[in-house]
Amino acid sequence: MFDTLSDKLQNVLGSLKGQGRLSEDDVNKAMREIRLALLEADVNFKVVKQFVAAVKERALGEEVLESLTPGQQVIKIVHEELVKLMGSASAKLTMSPKPPTVVLMVGLQGSGKTTTVAKLAKHLVKQGKRPELVACDIYRPAAIDQLKVLGEQVGVPVFSIDGSNDAVEIARKGVEDAAAAGRDVVIIDTAGRLHIDEKLMEELVDIRKQVRPHDILLVLDSMTGQDAVNVAEQFQQQVNFDGVILTKLDGDARGGAALSVRAVTGKPIIFASTGEKLNAFDAFHPDRMASRILGMGDVLTLIEKAQQNIDEKKALELEEKIRKAQFTFEDFLDQMQSMRKMGPLAGMLAMIPGIPKQLRQAQIDERELDRVEAIIRSMTPEERRSPEILNGSRRKRIATGSGASVQAVNQLISKFKQMQKLMKQFAGGKKMPNIPPELLRGGF
Amino acid sequence: MTRNWHEVFKGVAPPEAEAAPAEEIEEKKRGWFRRFKVSLSKSREAMTQRLSTIMFDKLDADLWEKLEETLIFADCGVASTVEIVERMEQAANEGEISDQQQFFSQLEKAIVDIFPADSYQIDVSHQPSVILVVGVNGTGKTTTVGKIAYHLKKEGKSVVLAAADTFRAAAIEQLSEWGKRVDCPVVRQEHGSDPGAVVFDAIAAARSRGIDVVIVDTAGRLHTQVPLMEELKKIHRVVGKQIPGGPHEVLLTVDATTGQNGLIQARLFGEAVDVSGVVLTKLDGTAKGGIAVAIAHELNLPIKLVGVGEQTEDLRPFDPGDFAKALFEA
Repeated sequence: MFDTLSDKLQNVLGSLKGQGRLSEDDVNKAMREIRLALLEADVNFKVVKQFVAAVKERALGEEVLESLTPGQQVIKIVHEELVKLMGSASAKLTMSPKPPTVVLMVGLQGSGKTTTVAKLAKHLVKQGKRPELVACDIYRPAAIDQLKVLGEQVGVPVFSIDGSNDAVEIARKGVEDAAAAGRDVVIIDTAGRLHIDEKLMEELVDIRKQVRPHDILLVLDSMTGQDAVNVAEQFQQQVNFDGVILTKLDGDARGGAALSVRAVTGKPIIFASTGEKLNAFDAFHPDRMASRILGMGDVLTLIEKAQQNIDEKKALELEEKIRKAQFTFEDFLDQMQSMRKMGPLAGMLAMIPGIPKQLRQAQIDERELDRVEAIIRSMTPEERRSPEILNGSRRKRIATGSGASVQAVNQLISKFKQMQKLMKQFAGGKKMPNIPPELLRGGF
Repeated sequence: MTRNWHEVFKGVAPPEAEAAPAEEIEEKKRGWFRRFKVSLSKSREAMTQRLSTIMFDKLDADLWEKLEETLIFADCGVASTVEIVERMEQAANEGEISDQQQFFSQLEKAIVDIFPADSYQIDVSHQPSVILVVGVNGTGKTTTVGKIAYHLKKEGKSVVLAAADTFRAAAIEQLSEWGKRVDCPVVRQEHGSDPGAVVFDAIAAARSRGIDVVIVDTAGRLHTQVPLMEELKKIHRVVGKQIPGGPHEVLLTVDATTGQNGLIQARLFGEAVDVSGVVLTKLDGTAKGGIAVAIAHELNLPIKLVGVGEQTEDLRPFDPGDFAKALFEA
C-alpha cells in the first residue's frame, strides 16, 4: 500500500552508485521524503524537524560508499541517527535493594494498563520474582474484577478493598500487605486518566507520595498520534515517570509516538507489549523500533549487506541447498521457526523488500502454520530429509500423529514439491518467481 | 449547529412541539455546544495560539507552512493536510482570503467539505434494529455502548445490550455495570463463550420482548489479527441471518488520540464488516482528533458521534462545523 521510504528515496535520488559525495540538492530531496515518512509514522512534527535537521547536517558531504546507492546511503544515516535517539541498549526496571520494589503504572484510558500489569507480573514471575498486584482503578466499571481475573490467570495475588473509593489508601495498604506477605514486587494498577484532569492527576501525585514507587511506568498505546508529546510532558511534570511501556505493538502502527516521547522526555522505553496473550510481552529493542518507524525491515538487511555480515555463511549454505534443490522439510522447519521467533509472520512479510506484492498481502493464518509445523514434526528425520520416501502408510501415520487429515498431509507434500520446483527456477533464473497465491493460502 | 438526538436517530419521533419552550431548547443546544467547546478548549487554545502566531499579515510560504504544521499536529495526516492547504491556496489565489476572518471561514469550509454531508443518522427504525459496535482494544467500545443506550432510552426507545466481548477479563461485568446504570437488560453468557451465540440470544430476546434496539458490544481487536477479524465477520453474519438487512449500523470507535493508524483501522474494519460510521471517542483530552478528517477524506466514512467524557451523557452527535470551529475559531 505504501511505498517504503527506501523505494521513495531510490526514486528521488536515482540509483547512481558511488557518485562521490551527496550533493546539497540530493540531501534536500531526501529530507522531504524523510520528513513525510516520519510524519506518516506519527512522530511529532517538532521532533521531526529537529531530527531532519540533524540528519541533514550529517548527510551533507558524506561520502557515498561504493556498495550503496545515494538513497541507501541516506537511509543508513537516518537509521543510525534514529537508533542513537531511541537509545541503543535496552533499559531495565530499577529493583529496590530492600524489597518490595514498588512499581506504579500510569496512563490514559484504554492504553492497556490493566492487561500490562498482568503481563509484567508474569514476566517477573518467569524471572523468579514474587509479585503482588494492587487494584487502584476505582472508577472504570469492573476494572478491579478484571485485575482479579488476570491475577488468577498468572497465579499472582491481587490486593483490593471492596467498595473503597480511596485509591491512595488502597495503594498504601496494598504495599503494606505485600511487604507483610514477603512479596518482592508490588505492581499498582491505576485508573486511566487524562493528563489534563487535575483532580485525577493529583490523585496520582498523592499515591506517589504515599508509596514512593521505585519505578513509575507510563503505559503508552503505540497507535498514539501527535498528542503523545502532550501526554508524556504532562505525566512527566506531574509524576516524573521513569520509563515507558509501549502497548499494542502487534498491530501495524509504525509507532512514531515512541520516538516523540523519548525525544521529549528522555525517558527510555523499557517493555513492549505485543499480543493478546499474557506472555506477549518483552524487553524493548530500540533498534528494531527504529526500523519499524521508518517502515522498513530492509534497513537492517541493507546495512548487513553493506558491512558484510558474518551470517553470510549460513545464508550461502541455504542458497547452495536451494540451488541444488536439496531444500528439505528439515530446512523448511528451521526457516519457519527462526522466522516465527521474530513475531507474527504477516507483519514481517510486509516489511521484507523485494517480496512479490501478492505474497506481501497474503493473509497468513498463524494457526495454519501451527498445523504445518505439527505435520512436519510428525515426520521422521529421514522423511524430512527425503520427502520422496513418503508413501501411503507413512502419510497415514503422519496424519494420525499430527491430528491432521491424510488430505492435509498430501496437500502439504505436494505443495512442498511445488516449492522445491519453484526454488530450482529461482536459483536458475535471475528474478524471484511469481509464487501462485494458492500456494500461500492453506499450506504455507 | 449541533443536531438534536431525535434528528440523529432515524426512527425516533421528534418530541411534541409543546414539550419545551423554544427558548429552553435553544438554551439546551447552546449548552451542548458549550460543553463540546469546553471539552475542546484545551486543543482550541493550542490551535488558535499557533494560528494566531501566523496571523495573517501576508499570504506567503510561511503562512502555508504554519497551516500545514497545525493540521499535521492535529493528526489530520499528510494527504488530507495537503488537500486542505491546496484548497486554501486556491481560495487565496482567487482573492477570497484577504483577512483573518476570511482565512478562518475558508479553513472551516475546507474542513467541513471533507465530511460526507448527509449520512449523520443512526438507523433505529427497524424492529428490532441492531447496532454493532466494533473497534481496536481500548478505544472505548463498552463506554460508547452504554452512552448510546442512555440516549436511545431518553428518546423513548427500549434497548437490550449484548455482551459479545466474551474474551477480555471482566468485560461482561463492565457492560453489566453499564446496563444497571442506564437501566437496560444485558444478554450475557459466560466468559469465553461464542460471541455469535450471545448475539443470537440477544436478538431473540429483543424479538420476544418487543425491544426496539439491540446494541452489540464486541471484543476489542487489532485489525491485523486475521482470526479475530474473521470472528467479527461471523458475528456480522449471525445478525444478518436473523434479521435481513441487519446489522443496521456498524459503528467503529476510534480514539481521538490515535495517529495515522486510525486510517488503516477504519479501512480494514470497513472491509470486514461494512462500517457505517465512526464514533470519535476521548475528544475531551488535548488530542485534536484530526484522524477523523483523514478517515472522512480517504474513505468517505461519516463521523456520527463524539465521546467527550466519562459520564453517561458525554456523547454528542458529530457536527463538522462545530468540529472545525472548535479547532480553529479564534
